[in-house]
Amino acid sequence: MRAVAASLAAVVVCIAAADVGAARTASNTVVLVTHDSFAISKPVEADFEHLTGLTLRILQTGDAGEALNRALLTAGHPEGDVFFGVDNNLLSRALGGNLFVSYSPPALSQVDRSYDLDRTHRVVPIDHGDVCLVYDRAWFAKRKLRPPSAFEDLIQRGYAKLTVVENPATSTPGLAFMLATVAHFGQGNAPWTFWSEIRNEILVTNSWDDAYNARFSGSSGHKGSRPIVVSYSTDPAAEVYFAGKPLAQSPVGVVRSTCFGQIEFAGVLRGAKNPAGARKLVDFLLSPTFQAGIPLTMFVYPVREKTPLPSVFRRFALPIASPLRLPPATIAAKRDAWIRTWTDTVLR
Amino acid sequence: MLQVSGVSVSLGDTPAVHSVTFDVPEGTTLAVLGPSGSGKTTLLRVIAGLQLPDDGRIVLDGVDITNVAPHRRGVGLMFQDHVLFPHRDVAGNVGFGLAAAGESRAETRRRVAELLELVGLPGIEKRDVRTLSGGEQQRVALARALAPEPRALLLDEPLGALDGPLRERLLADLRSLFAQLRLTVVSVTHNVEEAFSLGHEVAVMRLGRCVQTAGPDELWRSPADAWVARFLGMRNVIERDGRARIVRPEAVRIEAGDGAVVVSAERRGPVVRLRVRLDDGTELETEATALDHPLPGDRVGVSVDPAGVVDAPSWQDHGP
Amino acid sequence: MALSHKVRGRLAYWLAALVPLAFLGLFFAYPLATILKRGLGESVPTDVWFDRGTLQIAWFTVWQAAVSTVLTLAVGLPLAWATARLAFRGRGLVRALVVVPFVLPTVVVATAFLALLPPSLQQGVVPILLAHVFFNVAVVVRVVGGYWSRLDPRLWDAAATLGASPAQRLRQLTLPALRPALAAASALTFLFCFTSFGVVVILGGPRYATLEVDIYNLATQAFDLRAAAALSLLQLAAVTAVVVVASVLEGRAGARMPLASELAATHRPTRRERTALTAILGGAALLFGLPLAALVRQSFATPTGAGLSFYRALGHETPTLLVPPWRAIQYSLLYSTAATAIALTVGVLAAIAIDSARRGAGGGLDTAVMLPLGASAVMLGYGFVISFDTSPLDFRDTWWIVPVVQSLVAVPFVVRILVPALRAIDPRLREAAAVLGAPPSRVRREVDVPLLLRPLGVAGGLAFAISLGEFGATVFLARSDRPTLPVAIYRFLERPGATNQGTAAALCVVLMAVTALSVAAADRLTARAGSL
Repeated sequence: MRAVAASLAAVVVCIAAADVGAARTASNTVVLVTHDSFAISKPVEADFEHLTGLTLRILQTGDAGEALNRALLTAGHPEGDVFFGVDNNLLSRALGGNLFVSYSPPALSQVDRSYDLDRTHRVVPIDHGDVCLVYDRAWFAKRKLRPPSAFEDLIQRGYAKLTVVENPATSTPGLAFMLATVAHFGQGNAPWTFWSEIRNEILVTNSWDDAYNARFSGSSGHKGSRPIVVSYSTDPAAEVYFAGKPLAQSPVGVVRSTCFGQIEFAGVLRGAKNPAGARKLVDFLLSPTFQAGIPLTMFVYPVREKTPLPSVFRRFALPIASPLRLPPATIAAKRDAWIRTWTDTVLR
Repeated sequence: MLQVSGVSVSLGDTPAVHSVTFDVPEGTTLAVLGPSGSGKTTLLRVIAGLQLPDDGRIVLDGVDITNVAPHRRGVGLMFQDHVLFPHRDVAGNVGFGLAAAGESRAETRRRVAELLELVGLPGIEKRDVRTLSGGEQQRVALARALAPEPRALLLDEPLGALDGPLRERLLADLRSLFAQLRLTVVSVTHNVEEAFSLGHEVAVMRLGRCVQTAGPDELWRSPADAWVARFLGMRNVIERDGRARIVRPEAVRIEAGDGAVVVSAERRGPVVRLRVRLDDGTELETEATALDHPLPGDRVGVSVDPAGVVDAPSWQDHGP
Repeated sequence: MALSHKVRGRLAYWLAALVPLAFLGLFFAYPLATILKRGLGESVPTDVWFDRGTLQIAWFTVWQAAVSTVLTLAVGLPLAWATARLAFRGRGLVRALVVVPFVLPTVVVATAFLALLPPSLQQGVVPILLAHVFFNVAVVVRVVGGYWSRLDPRLWDAAATLGASPAQRLRQLTLPALRPALAAASALTFLFCFTSFGVVVILGGPRYATLEVDIYNLATQAFDLRAAAALSLLQLAAVTAVVVVASVLEGRAGARMPLASELAATHRPTRRERTALTAILGGAALLFGLPLAALVRQSFATPTGAGLSFYRALGHETPTLLVPPWRAIQYSLLYSTAATAIALTVGVLAAIAIDSARRGAGGGLDTAVMLPLGASAVMLGYGFVISFDTSPLDFRDTWWIVPVVQSLVAVPFVVRILVPALRAIDPRLREAAAVLGAPPSRVRREVDVPLLLRPLGVAGGLAFAISLGEFGATVFLARSDRPTLPVAIYRFLERPGATNQGTAAALCVVLMAVTALSVAAADRLTARAGSL
């Protein structure tokens, strides 16, 4: 018994010695609070630490909506110094919660004005991407069917029964897609007519992960049974990049006319322990180094002009020229009501 | 000396022990005899400290221990069916009390060996207690109880589950051990032979009360009432009008002649139990030792020695 | 001095109860109360409680948990019987393997099921129930099986010689004898199914929601803290009711069944039993083996043919995670070891307090200990985030806050296993020790603890497995640069691409292996030491 206890103790000590981290004082650490999809490569991170002399700590707190809500919960006593991950659909909620303090990084001059939705710069744009219908090329090719090319195909070609959609109440891409239908069909009843026609055929999931990885037939890993899914415009590049072997063509395609534009923002949190470091971090997020690394880490597009795209993007995922958009003020005002209508139309 | 005075215990609403008083002089054994439900086990638990009495005192060697916690009383208890610690071997069981008292390991080992020798089981220190036979478990339990050198030892049905020759042997061993160690012992049993064999004095309990306390011979000579007589095994109890005439078996003599008929003759090992019916209808029992004994149906003569007749109440309500 | 006996008993209870009470108070009651107050303010949310939607969700939550529990018992009891009563080769392995599903993150299990089920069964109530059974059979087998294997088999022999047929023995002897363990296992299973989240979210889809799912959506997506808090209270109330009922059933178990040594409890199977055994093991292999085998297969199915590249990738940096994946193994072991130690300490003290307390007080502590299972993980996580952010209580960033929160979920198991085991110890053993001169503390140490070694092993193994697989609260509180295995798996699953999915599968296999090994080791160690 004693031997057992001793060896257990030894094991614990070894594990603990591995790295339980030295105490880091606030002044030489900056904490980035963000969502699960945030990614940064080690060289880029080292670059930041080298440049500023600060240690970067990253706190990932759920998907975009969850992370934002958690930040709202801790407004004033934030868990970090910078928040990254507010998208244009939830911008009103973020700004309304008085989460940020204004800061205008000099690099903003290199960013297209159309992305700069908050002119007081409580948040600044960092990247943009699109949510679109994504389809499984091989599935359509094998059956010699024409892949979808518009929303209407879901009805006119009967493709609704091939489609997986996420719940806008629980999923950010789901929300974006719902807004896309409003942007496309108009703000009257038309989008809801569309939804009520397809409601019985589509499969609705609660999260993108479930939809894409488990139900979509075009993703590697689990072979789902439906070849159309609401996902991101950069999927063709992602599938090639993570394929593990060279591919001539991407296994998935994007229905460009269904794409809804998303912009992602970052801001200095009010009450941050290290506001000076926070500002340096925001500067860094707009720097050429970080912006150039965005595509292959987060699979969205940099906002900084003239940032080179990696070849897999140039071949498979060029940016969408004019995605669907809705004015932020409209989204702010009507989003919750639309979600309720969607729920009533589709789920009940 | 162990003094029990006026101890009463109720279990819930039912009185289990009612105002029991007796003394056990140092170095002697008191056998507490009674049927199941008479409260004798409860009494034992009170003396051991596992149960608090509602009334009364327990005094050991002049010290009032009525409210002392069981682990500080210095009173040992040998349980019915032994209750050996299954997770320890024999040495672990026997040495338990010594370790609790803070003895050194070497000293404990020595003592354990000594005790096992004493109870006739030398060398079994490492055995698993679950593999021991009933008799062996009994002795180990005894050794365990003796190890911390208790000032008084309590036994609950010590010979309960043992068979014939084993009983006899253990009985003899216990007697000699108690004498050798000059222990003050209270032994509880429902078996008359065991009580008489072990006890210098016997306290008969009935329904929570102590009905009679006396030495074995005295008890046999003058049972307090008909119930006690029957409990002790006397079968010749004739009751009438609240009084009983008790005829001790040895006072009944069978001889050739007339006046009674043999009803039954059962061999009980070395003796034969004879039951005869007198012509006036009374039935008496006695024992014969000869191989050559009257058979059922035989007519015989019966004489009763008046010295062997006791007159007692049917039922004595209050003990002495 | 007569009083000192009673007073001393009460004092012992309070001392033993102090640690668990303080632990629960600081790390459960305080954060939960903080977030509930934040959400509710001063209002009483009767409008939320009596809303038709709420009532529907509440009803669904209750009946799916009840049906799941019944199904889990139906599947688990034969397996519990086989592992408790029959001696067959591989028995220890089966007992360890059965814990593996319990540990797997729900995301992983749900996806594995989806791979096996036909499309018509991929969303709805049926896959929810199936997944619940898959997860919770472990509870029945370990808790009921563990107790069963310590009952004296001679009782059944006696019943047989008295003319009772196998069915009669089952009904009139087995089930009543097992009642405390059955009550414990049913309560735990019901609670898990009642607060089920991942399974319902994925396999139920948006049309089905339990209270937990609804609370989660309200809190994290809609940010309606008031409604979330209201439903959390409702959930807590329901869980308390379940726990109280279960402990009444457990406590009324009546006569103490004599406990024999575990070795004596198993026997070589008769011919009929051997057929039953084959059927049971075969069924278990199907139900548990298939999804797990699918995972294992996927971990080797690299794009360039079957190989180890996913496993090799575990050692490399990847943008998906902030550290190389193998570090997640290291952190998981660290956190789980710490969590097990905490859970065992708190749990043993709580079990002792509950066992030695009088009816009311013991029941109160019992219920308190079980409550963390019924609290919404997200509300508790939120509570942690807002309560422990200022000194002297600024634990938010410490490494040990993760094992603490994991142990909150493990302590109820430890208690549910130890309390019946404690109650089954022949009190005369304690009396014998006292009469031999051992003061109460020594009695506990020299009598209770050794006799509890085996149940402690079961409890420790289960606690380790639970903390390994804990996801809901861990993902809230673990620093992103110190992920656990489930968190890492989840991160990989969230990204598209064969390498990410394959790495997730490889990590799942590692998680399964670590679980099975640690549970088997705990079993083996305590078998030798406990010898009961």
